[in-house]
Order: sequence, then C-alpha cells, then structure tokens
Amino acid sequence: MDMILEFSPLLIKGAGITIVITLASAVLALTISFIVGLMRCSRNALIRGIGLVYLEFFRGTSALVQMFFMFYVLPLLGVSFSPMAAGILACGLNLGSYGSEVVRGAIKAIGKPQYEAAYSLNYTYTQLYRYVLIPQALPMMIPPFGNLLIELMKLTAVTSLITLTDLTFAAQIVRAQTGLTLEPFVLILVIYFLIASALVAFVDVLAWRIARSRGRSLKLEA
Amino acid sequence: MDWSWSVAADVFPMLLVGLRITVLATILGAAVAYGLGLVIAVVRLSSPRPVSLTVYWAAEFIRRTPLLVQLYFLFYVLPDLGIFLSPFWAGVTGLGLHFSTYTAEVFRAGILNVPKGQWEAAKSLNYTRGQAWSRVVLPQAIPPMIPPLANYAITMFKETPLLAAITVVELFNAANIYSNTNYKYLEPMTLVGVMFLIVSIPTAWAANRLERRYANQQR
Repeated sequence: MDMILEFSPLLIKGAGITIVITLASAVLALTISFIVGLMRCSRNALIRGIGLVYLEFFRGTSALVQMFFMFYVLPLLGVSFSPMAAGILACGLNLGSYGSEVVRGAIKAIGKPQYEAAYSLNYTYTQLYRYVLIPQALPMMIPPFGNLLIELMKLTAVTSLITLTDLTFAAQIVRAQTGLTLEPFVLILVIYFLIASALVAFVDVLAWRIARSRGRSLKLEA
Repeated sequence: MDWSWSVAADVFPMLLVGLRITVLATILGAAVAYGLGLVIAVVRLSSPRPVSLTVYWAAEFIRRTPLLVQLYFLFYVLPDLGIFLSPFWAGVTGLGLHFSTYTAEVFRAGILNVPKGQWEAAKSLNYTRGQAWSRVVLPQAIPPMIPPLANYAITMFKETPLLAAITVVELFNAANIYSNTNYKYLEPMTLVGVMFLIVSIPTAWAANRLERRYANQQR
C-alpha cells in the first residue's frame, strides 16, 4: 500500500500518457480508415492498388516491428521522431489499416438500389458518397470501430518498449525500484481495464444515440 | 545508411532460427486459445447464471487489458507466487489465454447460429444428446467457425514479437539482438518485416478464400 502511495504520481502520469496516446492515435487511425477505406472503393485501379498495398503492409506486419522500424531504423535514414510521435504514428498507422476494412465493408454492405436511386436522381459520384452511402454506412461502422478502439488502447502498452513512459513503463519502474511484482502489475491491469471499460461505455452511448436519432428522422420522413 | 547484402546474408540464418520459435509459439498458442476458448464458450452457454457471468467478466478483463502486461504478469509475478514457467511457455500461455477470450466468441456465435429446429429435429428422430451434438449440431456449427479461427491464428502470429519483452528469442528478438551487437539496424528489422509479410499475406488470402467457400456453401 505504501508503495502505491509513494509511486502514485508516476502511475497517474503514466495513465495520462496512455490516455493521450490512445486518443491522439485514435484520431489518426480514424482519418486513415476513411482515406484508405474510400481509396479501396475507388473506380480507379491505381488508387485501389495503393490502398491495398497500405492495408497489406500495415496489417501484414507486426505492430511492434513497425514501431521499432519507426523509432530505430528511420532515424538512420534521416527521419527521426520523438518516442511520443513514433508511438502515436505507429499505433495510428497500424489500426488505420484495420479500420479501413471497416469503412470499406460498411460501404460495400449498402444495397444496389441505393446506388440506383442516387443515379436516377442524377447525383454526382461525390454526392453519392456524401449524401447516400456514408450516412447509411456510418451506424454500421460504430460497433467494429469500438472494438478497434479497445485494440488500439491495448496496443499503446507496446509503446513502453520504445522508451515511452506510459502506464506499463511506470509499472516496470516500480518493479525495478522496489522489487515488487504483484502490486504494480495487478494495479495497472485494473487501470487498463477501467480505461477500456470507459471507452466501451462511450462507444455504446454513441451507438445508442445514433440509432435513436436515425429512428427519429425515419419517423419524420414517414 | 545503405542497404548491405552481406549484413543481410549474415543475419538471415539467425532470423530463420527465430522464425521457427515464432511459428512454434503461434501453433501452440493457437492450440491453447482454441481449447480454452471452446471451454469458455460451453461454460457460458450451459452454466447457471452466476457462473456464466463470472466467466464472462473474467474473459472481458483479459480481453480489455494489454497482452504485454499479461505477459509481464506471467513472467514476473508468477515466480514470486511459486509458479515457474520458462519464457517460452509463459509466452505460449499468455498468447493462448489472451486469444481464448476472442475464440470463445467465435465458438459461442457458431453454436448459437445453429437453428433451434435442428435440435428439435434431432430429438424427434430419437437421437441421444451426444448424437445430436456430433451428428447434427457440430457439423453445421464448425465450418463457419474455421475462417475466423484461422484469422485469430494469423493475429497471434503478428503478436508473437511481444514475447521478446519476456526474453524469448523469436524472429523479432533475434533481429534485435543482432542489431544491438553489430550496430546494424536497417537490414535485420527490414528482413523481419518482409518475413512477416511473406507468412501473413498468403495465409490471410487463404483464410479469405476459406471464408468465401463457406459463405457459398451456405447459400
């Protein structure tokens, strides 16, 4: 218990860093998901191909290898990042590849009649996506994006291996300085569980609100 | 810094030894994940509510916390409690335990997806419970489970570098050790990435094909 009190500032700071990396890389991953997911839906084979290469590269190699590459190898090629930037970039680029499949899957799941309706209304390609496909695909994306958000949060623990002082790193410092093992690791497992549960609750509320608002607008139209 | 083929050739044999450990850890970890996942699914489907809820939250706890921290737990905490695992077996246990909470969902959904009428049909044909499981339910439940289960094996393969953090010398760690001794970083880490791609892209495509085949069969 004394240990926990003595090291609580360190652990709180670590938890803060974990949350910051999670949120920052979530924004990056979400952006990439849409860019790459929409590229994969393109009519242009070259654009589809670039999207596929991105997907296979970041989904096909290990996140830890990508992180080490960014932190230890890219500086040799003249591009250096701080641990924080490398961590956020690696987490975001990696999860963005998984997210792009969510975006593509949701858009492909929309039925052909919706395309036909848009064409018959003389919508342009952009309007088709902007007013027809994306608004209908969005609610379908929320639950799988929620799962990916938890995966992303768990991935941030790996940033401790590129010297980022996140929650896992803080527990390692406690272990190194006190020799205690059970207390620091159980404590951070609980903190990770609480952060994840907060994220799950957030996504559930979001899904519920979208379902409710869509239900209302459909009623109004009817 | 330029690419050097002699460094690549130098490190390559060590990477192959590491790759063997990686593949072995993946296969054993997947075996644990499938076995334990099936147990979790059956317990959740057939136990009284308090037991089923306890198992659900235990699985959620494992699923919502990072594998890396769980590996540290197995590696640093268990010996203090009197349980000694070699780094490799701690890694296999960690991988298997973590992903059993994912495969459990696959098994659960697969079993629940067999329509109730199938159970009733088996009963009306006077099948025993064992016959109903082995002749009617499982033959219908298992094929759709195969692609997602295969995909989790691929995911586990990509998570094995975390075992480096608990001193297992698998593919990634083999490269890392070479890098730190010889101060060559570009070639080993690039080769590791390429090796991951060489294994994971074809297997992912194979899993994808399986998925399409089973999707067609159902229609």
